[in-house]
Amino acid sequence: MYRMRLWSVRNARWLSVLYNAWEKILILFHPVYLRIGYQRLDRFFLAVEKPVKGFLFDSRSCGQCTLGDTGMSCPMNCPKSMRNGPCGGVRPDGNCEVKPDMPCVWVLAWEGNRRMNKHEQAMGFVLPPVDVRLKNTSAWLRRVRQHHGHPEPDALR
Amino acid sequence: MYFDDEPIAGENLPILPGHVSPGRLERVLRAGGFAVTTEIAPPDSADPAEVYERAALFDGYVDAINATDGSGANCHMSSVAMCSLLTHRGYAMIMQVSCRDRNRIAIQGDVLGASAMGVANILCLTGDGVQSGDHPQAKPVFDLDCMSALEMLRGMRDDSRFLSGRRITSPPQVFLGAAANPFAAPHDFRPLRLARKIKAGAQFIQTQYCFDIDMFKQYMERVRDLGLHDKVFILAGVGPLASARSAEWIRTHVAGVHIPDTVIKRLRGASDQAGEGVNICKDMIHQVREINGVHGVHIMAYRQEHRVAEIVEATGVLQGRTPWHPGIDRWGQAEIPGNRPASLPA
Repeated sequence: MYRMRLWSVRNARWLSVLYNAWEKILILFHPVYLRIGYQRLDRFFLAVEKPVKGFLFDSRSCGQCTLGDTGMSCPMNCPKSMRNGPCGGVRPDGNCEVKPDMPCVWVLAWEGNRRMNKHEQAMGFVLPPVDVRLKNTSAWLRRVRQHHGHPEPDALR
Repeated sequence: MYFDDEPIAGENLPILPGHVSPGRLERVLRAGGFAVTTEIAPPDSADPAEVYERAALFDGYVDAINATDGSGANCHMSSVAMCSLLTHRGYAMIMQVSCRDRNRIAIQGDVLGASAMGVANILCLTGDGVQSGDHPQAKPVFDLDCMSALEMLRGMRDDSRFLSGRRITSPPQVFLGAAANPFAAPHDFRPLRLARKIKAGAQFIQTQYCFDIDMFKQYMERVRDLGLHDKVFILAGVGPLASARSAEWIRTHVAGVHIPDTVIKRLRGASDQAGEGVNICKDMIHQVREINGVHGVHIMAYRQEHRVAEIVEATGVLQGRTPWHPGIDRWGQAEIPGNRPASLPA
């Protein structure tokens, strides 16, 4: 939801605190997920993750969430799918080149990151291109797997 | 200008130690020359003669020529074909690669092909949105952004691997470039974005049109603070405006171009507006070359290509050099200091 998306960027700071706590809880349950099977759990997690993140961030469920590094502004809302910062076409008022009525998602990300007190270091690395196979899979579970160095199940590639 | 190891026109220069490409642009920049590049508008035609005619306008005045890749999302002859035709005549071409029309499979294939045909420079761009061109119905691709494209091409060159990890037997030897827009919001983010592009593999930068020298100076100050001017060659974008009316049009319709009111006022007040546009461009060149960290200018003169020679001549940016062009005489040409062969008379 568009209005909600703007609200989330304004509240980036405590949303990120909230998410970090949530992630810690998710990570704790890794042995449980392993027993049930990540593959089997994925659609149940997605059933929660997709509407929640869709409502708060207009998330497109790319499966490779970067919200923590982009000031809670989902870069998948960029018409040019920019994952590494604003293009050169941002209008003087900070709006998008392609959709003149929408603020640039990277202008918002920049503001959001400033609220999260992490703008310089968080914007300093290069994100790999999107893996389209991961669309509509749970980014939360992927984060837990990455934390534990657990390999990606083949069916979720 | 003639390098001592100058090949037959259309063949590549040997790659010097510490260089990555067999091209003239990298040679000029690394030798400390103030480089001049320009842009060629690809024709809406399948006739190569039109390409050669357009390139000949710049003979002796530029070090390299960008071939745009569907600029403004309008359909024209492809960048890879333009570069191939002109590279075979010996021109130093900069192939623009936009992420708007091709996915990672197509881009990697094009880059291998271009390098095989002798193209030594590639400029990675995200590209304008399709809404700004003549085919707004088209599906925008944007599989990569300019940043991930740069990183991909660097991986192809330095690690001899496709993005997939599959091996390339003979990697593309290309000097990698990117664009920068110091004049677009959010201004304080722009120098950091440049840092990110350098990290991704950019070795030279061509900026958006510079009409606001103060804003550019501020940007360059921050670039120097971050130590980026030592890591990348920055070519400031300049160009002549045809009239106050066209300046107004560009400012409202072309994404990312910032033209201050003072420039438009100066144009409006002139009896010969096109001439004044050229004067503004010359002033910009004089001012940007004084800025520490600027290594050259990129002259964009869309539909005013015939004025590039005059601008270069009048500003003396080449400092007596005559860049290579077809038919140039080997003897009696000014050389870049340090590149002059001992066998040539002084």
